[in-house]
Amino acid sequence: MLDADFFRRWMTATAAAVDREADRLTALDSPIGDADHGSNLQRGFASVVAMLEKEEPQTPGTVLALAGRQLISTVGGASGPLYGTLLRRTGKALGNDAAEVTEEQLRDALRTGVAAVTALGGAVPGDKTMIDALVPAVDALGESFAAAADAAERGAEATTPLRARKGRASYLGERSVGHRDPGATSAALLVAALAEAADV
Amino acid sequence: MRMLINVPETVVADALRGMAAAHPELTVDVENRVVVRRDAPVAGKVALVSGGGSGHEPLHGGFVGPGMLSAACPGEVFTSPVPDQMVRAAAAVDSGAGVLFIVKNYTGDVLNFDMAAELAEDEGIQVAKVLVNDDIAVTDSLYTAGRRGTGATLFVEKIAGAAAEEGRPLEQVESLARKVNDNSRSFGVALGACTTPAKGSPTFDLPAGELELGVGIHGEPGRERRAMMTSREIADFSVDAVLEDLEPRNPVLVLVNGMGATPLLELYGFNAEVQRRLAERGVPVARVLVGNYVTSLDMAGASVTLCQIDEELLRLYDAPVRTPGLRWGV
Repeated sequence: MLDADFFRRWMTATAAAVDREADRLTALDSPIGDADHGSNLQRGFASVVAMLEKEEPQTPGTVLALAGRQLISTVGGASGPLYGTLLRRTGKALGNDAAEVTEEQLRDALRTGVAAVTALGGAVPGDKTMIDALVPAVDALGESFAAAADAAERGAEATTPLRARKGRASYLGERSVGHRDPGATSAALLVAALAEAADV
Repeated sequence: MRMLINVPETVVADALRGMAAAHPELTVDVENRVVVRRDAPVAGKVALVSGGGSGHEPLHGGFVGPGMLSAACPGEVFTSPVPDQMVRAAAAVDSGAGVLFIVKNYTGDVLNFDMAAELAEDEGIQVAKVLVNDDIAVTDSLYTAGRRGTGATLFVEKIAGAAAEEGRPLEQVESLARKVNDNSRSFGVALGACTTPAKGSPTFDLPAGELELGVGIHGEPGRERRAMMTSREIADFSVDAVLEDLEPRNPVLVLVNGMGATPLLELYGFNAEVQRRLAERGVPVARVLVGNYVTSLDMAGASVTLCQIDEELLRLYDAPVRTPGLRWGV
């Protein structure tokens, strides 16, 4: 069973990963974006961690819902609403009250969260976005958290030869080919942090 | 690249503090990042709220004031502001006549303004939205995020602002704003990349002797790269590109816009070539504006925006405006 502490660890591990990889995310965002993905997510997840310490939400659902709301309020750009919606809708799907949730409940909730991201941003697999890491990760979650992290990383890696069809990279057309997508890369960090939170 | 800053993290807040000190006619909320005209809400009048990433100054904060925007929400550099800012701005300027959100077509801006519109409506504020998407360099709208909002934003904000100042109802201000956008097209070129404070180095490498055609306003590379061209050749290319998509029957407003690092001397020279080409193509020109209005930090280059107008739009364009970035008739 996964309790509120597990989800707090997930958010803390994500903040640490984004912090560690901020320069790399920003570097990936330079040739096909506008060179701010790392700093934006760094600001967002740092404020999520600070908020969680202050508000002390007591259930898995409220940890994620509040974290999502915090991202929407602090990140801006496209990644704020998209990551914010992912966590908020996943949290809402878990419900406010349950003190513990099963891995299967989390997988179903994440599926709902990813669907909400798709509905908001309109991206489908193959568009060279965060969806390319998230969809295979949720599929692999039935196996294990580590398998999900691997699937997300492979999904992010597989965006390199794709031509972007959503977001700012799409303006480059063919010139977006050959660059790994920064959004898929940060999504893989989020899933890797989930595996890290489970691995204690 | 050396920048006149303290640390990257405080660039936007520092600029807002400086703006507050320079413009007592504006209320600048540095903490919440909202710039509001001091006399807002103006009784009985529709309010205009825009916003977007910082780095495009004077857009949008510099266009707040009588005859143009009621409020602006500056985000981080090249990053859309967050819904909380937009809702706060809407609440500050709404007189009960409703609020028009003017949104440049970028994924982030669209998502955040959509969320803000819902939240503002929950608070009982009537909200309409207009999307600015004038950049014809984005040709493949089906497989991209669609045409970007660039230079036409100035014309939309100016003309809709004048309509609001006249006391027109929200539906009319909205439909005028949409009409301006529908009749505007832009094309931009970069002679050098720009440097974001967070990265501290140019966003792309442009070798000496080359230029980027069809750039946006976020330091992203353009549609194609070519060997350096003269002002005359760039004017021909840009005007022809715009006229491929807009065949004006009426006179046009022309914005020859600097990207931030190109001196006015060059912009005026470029404008001479733009006017020559427009005359050659038989396009009648009603008004011309030359300067740095929709910038991209320290990017070198320029964009050309044409907006086809009728008598009403021209009258609204000529109406008095008093903002830090645009001021006439007062």
